[in-house]
This record gives sequence, structure tokens and C-alpha cells, in this order.
Amino acid sequence: MLIKKRVAVVGAGMTLFRRRMLETGREMCWEAAKMALDSAGLTLKDIDCVVLGTAPDAFDGQHMKGEYLLDGAGAWRKPYVRVYVGGGTGVFVPIAGWWHVASGLFDTCLVIGEEKMSPCHPHPQYAFSTIWDPILTRPLEPNLIWIFALEMHRYMHKYGIKKEDIALVAVKNKRNALDHPCAQIPAKITVEDVLNSEVLVWPVQRLDISPVSDGAAAVVLCSEDVAKKVTDSPVWIDGVGWCLDSTYWTNRELAYPKYVEYAARMAYKMAGIHNPPKEIDVAEVYDPFDYKELHHMEGLQLARKGEAPKLTKEGVTQRDGDLPINPSGGLLGVGNPIGAAGMMKVCEIFWQLRGEAGKRQVPDARTGLAQAWGDLMQVGTVIIMRS
Amino acid sequence: MRKVAIIGVGSTEIRSTTPDVSYKEMMFEAATKAYEEAGIDPRKDVDSFITSAEDYWEGYSIFDEFVPDQLGAVLKPVFTVSADGLFGIINAYMQIRTGLIDIAVVEAHSKASDMLTFEGIVAFALDPIYNRPLGGHPFYIAGLEMMRYLCETDTTLEECAMVVVKNKKNALDNPYAAFGAKITVEDVLNSEPMFHPLKRLEISPLADGAIVMVLAAEEVAKRLTDTPIWVKGVGWCSDTPQLESRDWGRAIYAEISAKMAYKMAKITQPQKEIDLVEIDDKFSYKELQHMEALGLCERGEAGILLREGATQRDGDLPVNPSGGSLGCGNLLEADGLKKAMELVLQLRGEAGKRQVPDAKTGVAQVWRGIPTATGAVVILSREY
Repeated sequence: MLIKKRVAVVGAGMTLFRRRMLETGREMCWEAAKMALDSAGLTLKDIDCVVLGTAPDAFDGQHMKGEYLLDGAGAWRKPYVRVYVGGGTGVFVPIAGWWHVASGLFDTCLVIGEEKMSPCHPHPQYAFSTIWDPILTRPLEPNLIWIFALEMHRYMHKYGIKKEDIALVAVKNKRNALDHPCAQIPAKITVEDVLNSEVLVWPVQRLDISPVSDGAAAVVLCSEDVAKKVTDSPVWIDGVGWCLDSTYWTNRELAYPKYVEYAARMAYKMAGIHNPPKEIDVAEVYDPFDYKELHHMEGLQLARKGEAPKLTKEGVTQRDGDLPINPSGGLLGVGNPIGAAGMMKVCEIFWQLRGEAGKRQVPDARTGLAQAWGDLMQVGTVIIMRS
Repeated sequence: MRKVAIIGVGSTEIRSTTPDVSYKEMMFEAATKAYEEAGIDPRKDVDSFITSAEDYWEGYSIFDEFVPDQLGAVLKPVFTVSADGLFGIINAYMQIRTGLIDIAVVEAHSKASDMLTFEGIVAFALDPIYNRPLGGHPFYIAGLEMMRYLCETDTTLEECAMVVVKNKKNALDNPYAAFGAKITVEDVLNSEPMFHPLKRLEISPLADGAIVMVLAAEEVAKRLTDTPIWVKGVGWCSDTPQLESRDWGRAIYAEISAKMAYKMAKITQPQKEIDLVEIDDKFSYKELQHMEALGLCERGEAGILLREGATQRDGDLPVNPSGGSLGCGNLLEADGLKKAMELVLQLRGEAGKRQVPDAKTGVAQVWRGIPTATGAVVILSREY
């Protein structure tokens, strides 16, 4: 493997994350894109191609949603493509953007993640009724919280993890989000608040879950030559990895996300990282549920199996800890517009590595990681960035 | 930068309905054939899998959940491009060029026979505020576009009908094709009026089928096959999704993608340097409009070339020797991949009765159909 071309992130932007945005999906795309372009000091004329990510069409009731969003994404009369790996899409879009530039075909690429979940009535959860195998699973009328409850239960059971230790993640992330200007549900809460919140599907409770959101986030990628011209502080994409497990989630050991491990190993190999907990300074780990942050830290080799709760308890994953996890506030605090949520994490790593994260700034961050997860507990996407 | 070649193709038969198999079984059949041809084991040798699909065609949300097992892609890098299979080829091409990936697999399929309300699904692709409430079968957009094209270029209804006659005849020699037929211009013009001026036979019928392709970097390709088919150029482009503000007479998306692909392939005179083309003919007039957009003739001349026989299989510039979508069937997101597959077979000299003599370089082009203005172009050659 010999990768010849380096790709830099030179600008980032995002909209507010909210339960119901008045803007259309197209408008949100453009708002985020414009902000990313402005921060890079570029205009749409400088952009050679556009890559967009957004999750199920069922949220908007719009077939070929990529086509529908394309002019808002600034892709008019440009090479444009929508890529898709379910919930993992947010971190996958910049990976696809990376190969657009690293292939040598383009010098600049605008990368956008968008999601508008609110048009789906009575609740966006309804869109998930069609993600199941139509013969084997759909007739059971499951929803997503069911299967994540199964996974959470299995994880707790296998390693003897207590709910109060998992609740610490929600407390940390919602507090971190207090410093994020776009955050949807930042809050100062306690472990007791989490444990006393409404039970949805045991062991999942209201405060274990990220909210339903609308929002968009964007970054601008460019080749080394262009990066040198437009900025003094590019952030380099040094590793990418993605991996999809079998459709048959019922046959999987749910206690450990092997697909995240494989995706991470692919990215670490490319970035030349041998000791992830030492070499990664800051990580944005996918946290649509509080236990997922722990689960994914283990998959990413940032903690040993079953030991992520211990690190959390010891404060290692706090912003001022040895291994800050989700300094943005994550999905639990900032919000979870699916296709945009992973992109928010990529933006956060960009701002952290540039030292532009304001009150959220983690000291001395040189290498950062963003990860997302999705489908039927099935896909891992990982990106590694360096300043 | 690395060169990229297609080293294996596999396909199911293309049929109007396939009640005996699921889409998973179809994907498995095509994948097995492609892997065998390329001499690879998907579990060991393939670095990246790409499928091309849209949720609403499939009747799922998050369709990419359902692809890995039947492709031998479990716990491997897999993703879905929400576009035609040609976009799959393009992304595989870029992945390989980066150096990260050595062998990539591209899949696309259509199980259109499972759809109960095709026009309803297409209507959901229209703008929900401005266009969808107008109702009707969205193919009226094709009728309007055809009218504009005929009016701007003086192309005649007979010439459009001749496209159907030619492509359906070509399809008779294609074992993969579902809709081969010997018909006349009168048959086309006398068929049921659908979306004025489009007649029933000018609309490509939907079909089922799955296609899988294996792409590899130069050094791997040369090790695995004696007949690599090289990807010389790629281009893709989206014009506006707004019906109200697009150019209805010209296929701008095809013009821009072709320009990009020709530049990459260093083709300056497409008419001379290209030996055959497989271009989008989801509607009869689209073949002519796309020929002009690809610079294969001047504007308004495609119909004349057709009448002179130049686009017949034995003509100077064979267009859609496979039978195109009119003859093989419209495979939705697999349509472009099927066109690329025909080029691979033609350039290898394996196209049987359909063989175009001495074919060295070919162009595959696709349009994503109503109501989009998005398309892609891939240039393949047996020589680099």
C-alpha cells in the first residue's frame, strides 16, 4: 500500500442541531457548506466536486434524496455523489471525499452531511420500521431501541457493568455540550437523573439516548498543493477505515463491535498508529446511546474489553483527562441528525486540532479520531486526522 | 497515478420478471460468476465492495444493511453509492488510484418486478412542494423533454422510432436481453400513445437483473488476466434538480461528464477515436440526445447518422450493440453497469453474434432517469 497524495481539511461549518428546523434540507446543506467555505476562505467556484451523505430517504419521504438536495449542496453542474452506510454515513462522507482528492482527480472537494428527521410523522422512529428483513424480522414490528436494548444488556451482562457506570457517559457528554454553541440538549445532570428517567426499553432510559434532530455539517477538503496556498494550519486526513458486518445481527456476539475494530485497524495501519490509547490525543466516538461510547472505545482499541467504564469513572475521558472522549458533547449533548452527526464529530476534531474549539478546547491535541456506527449494529467508519 | 482495469464481470440473465429468485440470490449468482472469471476469492482478495442502490427502489430503509453476505463481503469495507452502477465503477476507480485499495468489486441490481407502484415511487423523487402535487405519471416530464429536443434539433418522430427498431433488433442477439424483437418504424409509431409524443414502444420496459464487476490495480490485473479492460477516463455531473430552470433540449449533465472523461482519456476527436458506444436509451429520443451531448456528432445530426445506418452494429459508430435499455430492459441503478459490461465483452472480443469488429475503445454513459439531470460516463479500452 502506497498512498501518494495527502489530503487536508481546510474548513468546517455546521448548522444548529434542533428537533425541528424551519429550514429545508437544501437550506441547511447550504448554510453548513457556506460556513465551511468561508472558514477556508474559498467560494463555490473553487470547488471541484461535492460528496454528500444523508441517511434514509424515509425521513423526508423523498426518493433519491441525494438528487433532491444537490443544489443546496452546491453541486450544480459539478461531479456529485451521495454515499451511504446508514448511521455510519456521517464519518463515511469525508472518507469518500478523501478518495476523490487522494485519487488525484480533484484538488478540492466539498463534503456535506445532512439530516432532516422531523418531517417523519408521528415520530422518526417510524422510518425505522422498514430497516428490517421483511420476512424474518419486520413482522415482529421491532423498533431500533429494542435491538440496542438487547445489545446494551448483553454488554452489561458479559462484563458485569452497572448502569450507574454507563450513566456517567450521559452526564459527561451533556455537560460538555454546554460549551457547544450548536448543541440541542446540553444539560447539567447527575447519574441519579439518568437512572430515574423514564424507562423506554429496559435497560435503555430516556437520558441514555440522543435526541431526534435536524441539522447539517460540512468540511472542505483539498490537495496538499492547494492546502499550502489557502491555510497555514491544515489538518491532514492520515487514516481512513470502514467495515460492514453480516446482515444477520441475531447471529453476532453483541458484547463487542468487531466491525469497529476492523475499521479502526484499517485506519490505524494507514496512519501508522501502533498504540492507539497513547497516540490518539482526542477522540469523537459515536454515542447515540451512552453505552455505545464505551462499546466503541473498546472496539477502537482505546480501552480493553469491558474496561471503558473504568476509564470513564476515573475521569480519563473528561476534557482534561488523558484521553478526552467526545469533548463536543457528542450525540447525547449536541444532537443526532444521523447523516450530519458523524460530520459534526469530524468538524469537532478539525476545530480541536486547529486549537479553535474555544471553551471545549482540549490541550495539546495533535492526533484525533472520529468514528461512527450504524445499520443493524453492523457498520464502523473511522477517520484519523493530524495537525 | 495507478492504472485501473476491469478483470471480471458476472451477470444474471435480464428478465422482465424473476419470481423464482430473490435479489440476494441474483446478487450471489452475478458475484460468483465475476469472481470466478477474475480468479479471486472475495474473502481473501478483495479490499473494497461497492453496491449501487436507492432505498425506495428496494422497499427498505438503509438498504446497505442487506448486501454483504451474498457478496462474500462480511466484515469487509463495503459501502453503497446512491446512484447508478457506473458511479460504483467511478468510485472503485478512485479508490484504487489512491493506492489504498488493490481490488474492488462493484455491484448493482434491479428487482423492478417486486414493485407494485413504480410511478408512485418515481413521483416521490419530485420536489414535494412544487411538482409532486401536480400528480400524474411523472414520465410526462420525458414527453415534454422529447418535444423540446425534437423542436430544437429538427429530429423527427420517425428517427426516434428507428432507435427502438435498431435496439430491439440488436437485442435479439444478446442472450442477456429480455426485450429483443423484430419490429418496424410503423409498429413503434402505431403503439399506444403514452406521454405525448412518446409511444409505448419508445419507453424502455423495466427488467430484473444483477451485475457484478471486479476492478484491479495494474500490477494485480496483469497477474490475474491476459485481457484487462482499462478504465481510461471517467466523468460525472449533476445539472439542477429543479425542473423549472433546467435546459430541456440538451443533456448538459452528459456534455459535462463526457468532457471530463475525454480529457482524462486524452480523447480530442471522439467521433474518430471511439469505436463503439453504449449510451443511455431509457427513452428513444435519449439515445439521439446523448449522442450529441457526447460529441459523437453535431447537434441535430444524430437522427441523420441513424438514418444513414452509421449507428448500426456494422456501421461506422455502433451505438448500443447490446440492444440498450430498449432492447435489454431498464435495470434502474444497474443500467449503466450493464452498458459497461457490454463494452467489456465487446472489447475482449467475447460478444458473440453481437461482436463489433475491431473494437478498441468504447464509451458507456448513463442517465439516472426521470426526474433527475444526473449522469456518468466511463471510457474503457483494451489498450492503455
